[in-house]
Amino acid sequence: MTDTQRYYLKIAMPWLFMAALFLIWELACVMFSIQEIILPRPSKIFTVMVERFDILLRFCLETLWTTTVGFLLAIGFGLVLGLAIGASPFIYSGLYPLLIAFNAIPKVAIVPILMIWLGVGATPAIITAFVISFFPIVVNVATGLATIEPEMRDVMRSLGATQYEILTKVGIPRAMPYLFASLKVAITLAFIGSVISETVGGNRGIGFLMLSAGARNDAPTTFAGLFAIAIMGVLMYAICALIEQRMTKWAFRGEVVG
Amino acid sequence: MSVLTQSNTEPPLVELKGVSLAYGRGDGATLALADATLSIQKGEFIAVVGPSGCGKSTLMKLVTGLLPPTSGEVRVHGERVTRPIKGVGMAFQNPTLMPWRTTMDNILLPLEVVEPHKQRFRANKAEYVAKVEKLLATVGLKGFGEKFPWQLSGGMQQRSNLCRALIHDPEIMMLDEPFGALDAFTREDLWSVMQNLWLERRFTAVLVTHDLREAAYLADTIYVMSKRPGKVILKKTVDIPRPRTLATTFEPHFVDIVHELRDRIHQEYA
Repeated sequence: MTDTQRYYLKIAMPWLFMAALFLIWELACVMFSIQEIILPRPSKIFTVMVERFDILLRFCLETLWTTTVGFLLAIGFGLVLGLAIGASPFIYSGLYPLLIAFNAIPKVAIVPILMIWLGVGATPAIITAFVISFFPIVVNVATGLATIEPEMRDVMRSLGATQYEILTKVGIPRAMPYLFASLKVAITLAFIGSVISETVGGNRGIGFLMLSAGARNDAPTTFAGLFAIAIMGVLMYAICALIEQRMTKWAFRGEVVG
Repeated sequence: MSVLTQSNTEPPLVELKGVSLAYGRGDGATLALADATLSIQKGEFIAVVGPSGCGKSTLMKLVTGLLPPTSGEVRVHGERVTRPIKGVGMAFQNPTLMPWRTTMDNILLPLEVVEPHKQRFRANKAEYVAKVEKLLATVGLKGFGEKFPWQLSGGMQQRSNLCRALIHDPEIMMLDEPFGALDAFTREDLWSVMQNLWLERRFTAVLVTHDLREAAYLADTIYVMSKRPGKVILKKTVDIPRPRTLATTFEPHFVDIVHELRDRIHQEYA
């Protein structure tokens, strides 16, 4: 195999695996004559996706909107909290146990409470996406700050740098690769958050669409919704990965140089 | 010529009086440095050598005020040091250059932080960039400013590190085994770079090293420290004229000095 062939094969691999998965699924459905209400065939799901494209798109955009807003809030809040925790040992020891306790709470449990407080609509979904996705951002940013080389700190201190200068000139740039790495995890969590909220109780978004399709025993539409979420998740992940590479080239030095 | 020819009646720039330092508290405390007394004249190049773990690096942190002494006192310019002092340049064995900054921006860093440069940095950036380029040329790194540190070899990184430590014209230069991780040829090359920089600028330098030839090549005065807890056990004046070259290191007098230091340190292990 030549290098070029190898290169194209590598690019084609994910698609080949996906095609194989769908093929096996399709064949299994036909061979074992599985009812559509239990597990629809992929071909049927794709047909539904095309036929109901306008509806799917509308509900997807609603979910995308709540997810993105919740995610952006999580970035802002996570960055500030992560910097505070990473920069101050006192805030760290005070807040970290609380954060872990909070992260252990299943977020499904808080959605009904949010509904009572905020009613149905976009807000509970935004909040759920936010609370579920900020934790990895906080932890990563704090780790980036806490692992500054002591010698780097000594160099700065011997120059008479203030804590603020050490933070802005060393801490924040150093925490950036950690932040961007966490964004890839956080964006998928944000989707989980908003869809959970829409599914538990809501009147909008892809989660609501799936719930109501499920109630009508319309399995193909439910699965079409699942596929739509997966596609959005991959796209948002790819955007985060792209931004990561752009913003922190130095952390990918191996790839840049050679 | 050596600054030792200067009058020794001047008050020393740096003075340590009975300084000791313990890490940790209570019973678990380890005494890293015990009763260190030494003084450094302005413009003097001193070296501190000794067995590993003898508190050489600790001594350096004490002088710069990065660590407060457990007992005794450290004075710089006659004033007692209680917090990190200003006008210090530091270079460690690990170059600690920031990978997100180019070599140029790394070397500019002290100017962004240290007064009075900090005030005029934005307005006079071109002037400072020219200054860095000149310094880079002095250490043999002309034209490498736009490279990132991770695109440079170990020796080149250490040259950049020296530039960063020197760019703000510090009065005192702290060198903590800056050539320790380099191969022998690069190291010897950098001794000469270091000596030239010192001859040109005449800063006061404290070099911590375990390489006795390096100490004898670069320093005016060498302090030998004992095993932990470190004490100063020998003060050796290197009366070899400058500039010293690699050939100097093979002359009998140089070799004698190195032998004397080595013998004294070996006694510590006995």
